[in-house]
Amino acid sequence: MSEYIEHNHNGISVGLVEKKFYTLAGPPDELVLASGARLGPITVAYETMGTLNGDKSNVILVTHALSGDSHVAGYYSADDPKPGWWDTMVGPGKGIDTDRYFVICSNVLGGCMGTTGPSSPNPATGCPYGLDFPVVTIGDMVKVQKALLDHLGITKLLAVVGGSIGGMQVIEWTISYPEMVASAILMATTTRHSALAIAFNEIGRQAIMSDPNFNKGNYYSGPKPDLGLALARMVGHVTYLSDEAMRSKFGRRLQDRDNLAFDFDANFQVESYLRYQGSKFVQRFDANSFLYISKAADYFDVGLQHGHDSEVDAFAKATAKIFVISFSSDWLYPTYQSRDMVKAMKKNGLDVSFCEIEAKCGHDAFLLPNERQSTLINRFLNRVSEEEHDAL
Amino acid sequence: MRYDLQIIAAWIEPGSRVLDLGCGEGELLSFLKREKCVKGTGIESSEAKVTKCIEKGVQVLQGDITEEVHDYPDNTFDYVILSQTLQQVLEPDILIKELLRVGKKIIVSFPNFSYWSIRLQILFFGYAPKNRQLPYEWYNTPNIRIITIKDFRRFVKETGCVVIKEVDINTHSDDLQGSIISFLPNLRATYGIFLVSRRNSNPSYSSL
Repeated sequence: MSEYIEHNHNGISVGLVEKKFYTLAGPPDELVLASGARLGPITVAYETMGTLNGDKSNVILVTHALSGDSHVAGYYSADDPKPGWWDTMVGPGKGIDTDRYFVICSNVLGGCMGTTGPSSPNPATGCPYGLDFPVVTIGDMVKVQKALLDHLGITKLLAVVGGSIGGMQVIEWTISYPEMVASAILMATTTRHSALAIAFNEIGRQAIMSDPNFNKGNYYSGPKPDLGLALARMVGHVTYLSDEAMRSKFGRRLQDRDNLAFDFDANFQVESYLRYQGSKFVQRFDANSFLYISKAADYFDVGLQHGHDSEVDAFAKATAKIFVISFSSDWLYPTYQSRDMVKAMKKNGLDVSFCEIEAKCGHDAFLLPNERQSTLINRFLNRVSEEEHDAL
Repeated sequence: MRYDLQIIAAWIEPGSRVLDLGCGEGELLSFLKREKCVKGTGIESSEAKVTKCIEKGVQVLQGDITEEVHDYPDNTFDYVILSQTLQQVLEPDILIKELLRVGKKIIVSFPNFSYWSIRLQILFFGYAPKNRQLPYEWYNTPNIRIITIKDFRRFVKETGCVVIKEVDINTHSDDLQGSIISFLPNLRATYGIFLVSRRNSNPSYSSL
């Protein structure tokens, strides 16, 4: 994800941000997870941008996708080489305008960027949880976010905004805490994974678990399953692109050579690119977190979890104004899946808008700079904040 | 705002729920929201126009009107508007029936194919008519349905519905100005605008 963000200190940015931590669910008040397991204490890493207004009515929660983190925008220090993963969208005057809104983003439960996850120490042993970490769901992640907001004294969200797995969390928010959510922006997301999406996730997980260094998830004191995780990332990355994007970006061009090498090195540019993405990913991401977050995404099924197997019934609990955005070349969560959720929302009389953005870059389009997407989000938030203000 | 939309806007009761099919850039809905506190939804197939709607603060769904309308429960809207689109619909009878299910009343406007100059073009020149309302050739026109004001009146009657209001106007497709034609409208009006309801839900009838 944040591979797309380039260093641009001259560009407009929210500036310096700080990663903060909040710990909840200490014994004996552990969080009861969807699986029935108890987990605690849980530390949440989060960042905030912009200024909270007097009546706390300008809060926007941004949720991140599989490989994201709390660092949505800005820089950690003056010599930070790279801004947060959605710096193109979040900042002064941007799609999500930090001059107007107070933006919160936290790392998900099960992650590896500061929030408790499989790489965190298990209080029972003092060693990292590894696979002893309980399987968590999108619902569990949202419960933790809710606890963080309670801690911050925030009772109303002007908007919850997220793409991909972040979008799943937004859906969960609209149904689990409808009274808190005035509006929701869902991008490139789905109410449940297709067999295709589960299949690719499973390939990624198998790649990790069959790495000789995996050691049943207890690899923290030795060599890590980097090859497996890199492979998982390579597969994932292909699903985030599109045929058209790969044709225009790589075609059949060769990497640093004029002729085929007749060997198994990276002859083609696309091979070289994927190897690079894989190797870069292992430097910043924990293999076990990949297992847990991808599993949470596979388990997510709004109809099953909230509506007795009916998405229409599930959305009956929602009251937010919803904006669904899909991307024409997204084959991981294709437009038909967005249309299906819009249909369920319409049947409930929800205030829903939908737009399919023509984009050739596939699923990851929502992360890329896109003026149309920024304008849409900015104007939708404008409308919601005006209507909320009028309703007071 | 386009002249026919001005007339349509005047018919809408304040605070009502409105569905605008083929809402374009959301001009009418934005006006109704601002001036009449209407809770409106638009359906529009063009991404660029949908973007304009969102920019205006209008709730909108990108999609095909004949598909999108099916998802709404009965009587979701007080008014469903189909302006200058009926002549482009493949199955108008099925669509209108569906509109009368999701809306208590429907407002339909269309170009009148029996306008005098169109009649004269066919009579004297023998070519498929072309004018400012219908600027296309026979082979590239999106207007696949030939409707006249009299046709539509008869259609409403046959489908067991009632015309609550009818205004026939002389205007051009994008004009802000126009005039109401009450004498020989089938011959003299370029557009017909009808407010129609199911017979059982609203039996009152008045013709302008």
